[in-house]
Amino acid sequence: MDLLTLLIIIPVLTIIGLVFCKDHKQVKIVAATGMSVQLLQCIYVVIAYLMERKAGNKAEMLFQKNYMWFDSLNIQYSIGVDGISVALILLTGIVIFTGIFASWNVTHLAKEFFISLILLSSGVFGFFISLDLFTMFLFYEIAVIPMYLLIGIWGSGPKEYSAMKLTLMLMGGSALLLVGLLGIYFHSSAGGSPLTFNILEIAKVSIPIEMQRFLFPCTFIGFGVLGALFPFHTWSPDGHASAPTAVSMLHAGVLMKLGGYGCFRIAMYLMPEAAHEMAWIFILLTGISVIYGALGAIMQKDLKYINAYSSVSHCGLVLFALLMMNETAFNGAILQMVSHGLMCALFFALIGMIYGRTKTRMINEMQGIMKVMPFLSVCYVIGGLASLGLPGLSGFVAEMTIFVGAFQHPDMFHRIATVIAIASIVVTAVYILRMVGRMFMGPLDNEQFQGLTDAVWHEKIATVALVVAIAGMGMAPLWLSDMIGNSLGPIMDQFSMLAP
Amino acid sequence: MNIESFLIMRHELMLTLAAVLMLIAELSFGKSEKSRIIPLAIFIFGAVTAVGFLPAPTGSLFGGMYQTSALIILMKNILNLGVFIVCLQSASWLKLPVNQDKGSEYFLLMISTLIGMNFMISAGDFLMFYLGLELATIPLTALAAYETYKMKSAESGIKLILSASLSSGITLFGISMIYGTTGSIYFNEVAPLITGDNLQVLGFLFFFTGLAFKISIVPFHLWTADVYEGAPVNITSYLSVVSKAAALFILIILMFTVFNALEVVATKVVYVTAILTMTVGNLFAIRQQNLKRFLAFSSIAQAGFIFLGVIGGPGLGITSVIYFILIYVFSNLGAFGVIAVISGKTGKENIPDYNGLYLTNPKLSLVMMLSLFSLAGIPPVAGFFGKFFLFAAAAQQGYYILVLIAVANAVISLYYYLLVVKAMFINKSEQPIEPIHSDGFARVGMVLCVLGMVVIGFASIIFDYIETLSRQL
Repeated sequence: MDLLTLLIIIPVLTIIGLVFCKDHKQVKIVAATGMSVQLLQCIYVVIAYLMERKAGNKAEMLFQKNYMWFDSLNIQYSIGVDGISVALILLTGIVIFTGIFASWNVTHLAKEFFISLILLSSGVFGFFISLDLFTMFLFYEIAVIPMYLLIGIWGSGPKEYSAMKLTLMLMGGSALLLVGLLGIYFHSSAGGSPLTFNILEIAKVSIPIEMQRFLFPCTFIGFGVLGALFPFHTWSPDGHASAPTAVSMLHAGVLMKLGGYGCFRIAMYLMPEAAHEMAWIFILLTGISVIYGALGAIMQKDLKYINAYSSVSHCGLVLFALLMMNETAFNGAILQMVSHGLMCALFFALIGMIYGRTKTRMINEMQGIMKVMPFLSVCYVIGGLASLGLPGLSGFVAEMTIFVGAFQHPDMFHRIATVIAIASIVVTAVYILRMVGRMFMGPLDNEQFQGLTDAVWHEKIATVALVVAIAGMGMAPLWLSDMIGNSLGPIMDQFSMLAP
Repeated sequence: MNIESFLIMRHELMLTLAAVLMLIAELSFGKSEKSRIIPLAIFIFGAVTAVGFLPAPTGSLFGGMYQTSALIILMKNILNLGVFIVCLQSASWLKLPVNQDKGSEYFLLMISTLIGMNFMISAGDFLMFYLGLELATIPLTALAAYETYKMKSAESGIKLILSASLSSGITLFGISMIYGTTGSIYFNEVAPLITGDNLQVLGFLFFFTGLAFKISIVPFHLWTADVYEGAPVNITSYLSVVSKAAALFILIILMFTVFNALEVVATKVVYVTAILTMTVGNLFAIRQQNLKRFLAFSSIAQAGFIFLGVIGGPGLGITSVIYFILIYVFSNLGAFGVIAVISGKTGKENIPDYNGLYLTNPKLSLVMMLSLFSLAGIPPVAGFFGKFFLFAAAAQQGYYILVLIAVANAVISLYYYLLVVKAMFINKSEQPIEPIHSDGFARVGMVLCVLGMVVIGFASIIFDYIETLSRQL
């Protein structure tokens, strides 16, 4: 069994194990074991990848495997990873692992909950390892649909509305995407060679520019919906606010990265000419995402809404950086994906834990809760500081790289866009500090909060894992950014012909 | 002509034999043990279905009136499978006291319509085609009106026979024009003489309209919802799956053989009707509360999606149509199977009645959910693969706008399928449907459907097999 397919097989085996569980204690044990093994497997993949690179393997994708699937259409199950996908696989592994511990208290239909959650994660893993557009699309859709049930059944608030809105908007995106993928497929043949869905093969072919002008927006918007591209981001605040803790974690932490990764790996990598031509439209849109998300977060009082809007802002920054189309900005975009994934997962996990105790998510109803929950509060502050880009934590590394990359463009348009995007950092600082000040500091007036307890063991596992990852990435960013940077070479070759 | 050449007609002969066996068996059962015909009939039919998959000789008979090929045999097998699942699902309904002494009639009628359909797709000339069409339709009307004690059932029978006779009249009119311009009714003689003059185009349009009634293509769909609602559940599923599939099969066969020269006209017609059918079917489905009407409109929309494959032309187009129909048989019958069980035990068939179904009947809800996801085209169930290839077929011809409209419709359809999923899994109910024990036959039927939905998608060998066969058309 090869290294990468195991990343799908472990979740599937876990799901099969879950089906046979009798009570929800067994369910939790099976889910936690399965996802711990999965996390170890992810770490092993990273180490194996680094070893292989160190040994001098210069191939674009490592651990490649191709199996023919639908022969007549040349659809293959083909897998492989480079530094970018490995980084995101590691992120997914950490988030799903912590997600299981963060949802330790789910009792209503626990078995179904964990099955849907792990099914979702298997879709994400499959997406990141695929090199074939068809399989990629298949895994993408597998990742989207369990979300409906997860939010609809275990969510809170206007959950049915949010679940429906989220599912339909994301499926609308994937509908556009499907058109784009089919278009790419039918133009993937160069000089009589068979049509192919394989990304690496298609990259060698240059798709006619007239087709690119139609297919690029389809694909970019298709993935952009998932990456919270303005004005298609409206599913995100409602969806995240209504979703149960682990689902918000996974959704904001990982699924939204699927959008960014898809925009990068499919839309831009395969159609660089159109990407270059149309970048200005999307730079405007993502610029709006960045600022609008940050301003939206200031206006909110509900913790989940604050973080949902802040996700719109941060994910907008990912797409923004990608559209800058130079090596530094690309590197920053991927770093931002990982960093935001970890931060967001930490935030949503902590919000879930705090809400479980205080029964409210309104920041004006909480005050001084650091006195009763020092552990959770400190973790929250660390997450907040990472989010506003404090040096030493992950956010700084990512945002710094992005802005350095973006500023390399000498022309006025890019400069202004960059300056506006940088302004979002200030706004972020405002809402983070205000939130932290309101909730954690000051006297503890509310008597109901007096008897609340701090984190218990499973919550500590989840938060500590995430805090360590955030701090680790902030303190020692080099190995990660090197790993990503080394893989950007072939991608930059695609764009090199555009250089003046 | 020798005896062995009759083996070319093996499917039809086996079915006729089964019908005769059923008649004899009925005579031998006493008045009180009439319901013993049910397991026997299902067993016989299962055997017929299984034998159908054995390799069979191909060729033509009766001077070219009857023809068969590996592709046509595959189509017949798909129909057989569909009917077999319908039979399994009707067992418990036939055991009801009101239907008890009519069991053999039910199976006889069903087998005769199936024989008609088989002759229809195997036709080598328009005469045989028309005979098959009528043989398929008339017993079907009797089946729709089967619950003689229900007004709605009788109404549905009348509506079906009226619209069916109108549609076959139109078809005949079209055929007469083709005959008038070519002087032949044999497909292989007509084909080279089709030059695209006006009368032939008109003839094709009438012919197409007649079949469009059967497939319930918008704007010829108006009978569908009423008939589906009034007929017994199992007949509704038969109408929406088997009868529709048969009409689609003969349509694609004729479009790419006899009417191949009219491609320009045919493409325009299919293009417009595909858009109309998907959109109208979807928009009406959103408003439905009765599950049978709901699935009626959803099946109209599905026919619109199938037309994307028809427009995709020979090769990938035909392959994707047949592949999708194969998947559609399992998906739609899965959904109808659940409805049949629940409406048989409780008489409830409205969506709000299904509130909270998962808590009381988890297995039925899961089967329903898988079927609906398959209809909506959500992986990992097979519907995803089916729809993907249909869209790919249309995209291959460069109809990207059509594909865009289709995918937008797929999202709309997802909305109403999710409404049912929401009722079962999310909504709470004061009086949920009690836990239901379905009988063994219905269970076997559902297991078959689920297996079909799970396996057909991933087993690429099936798609590739259909692809090799459809190249021979």
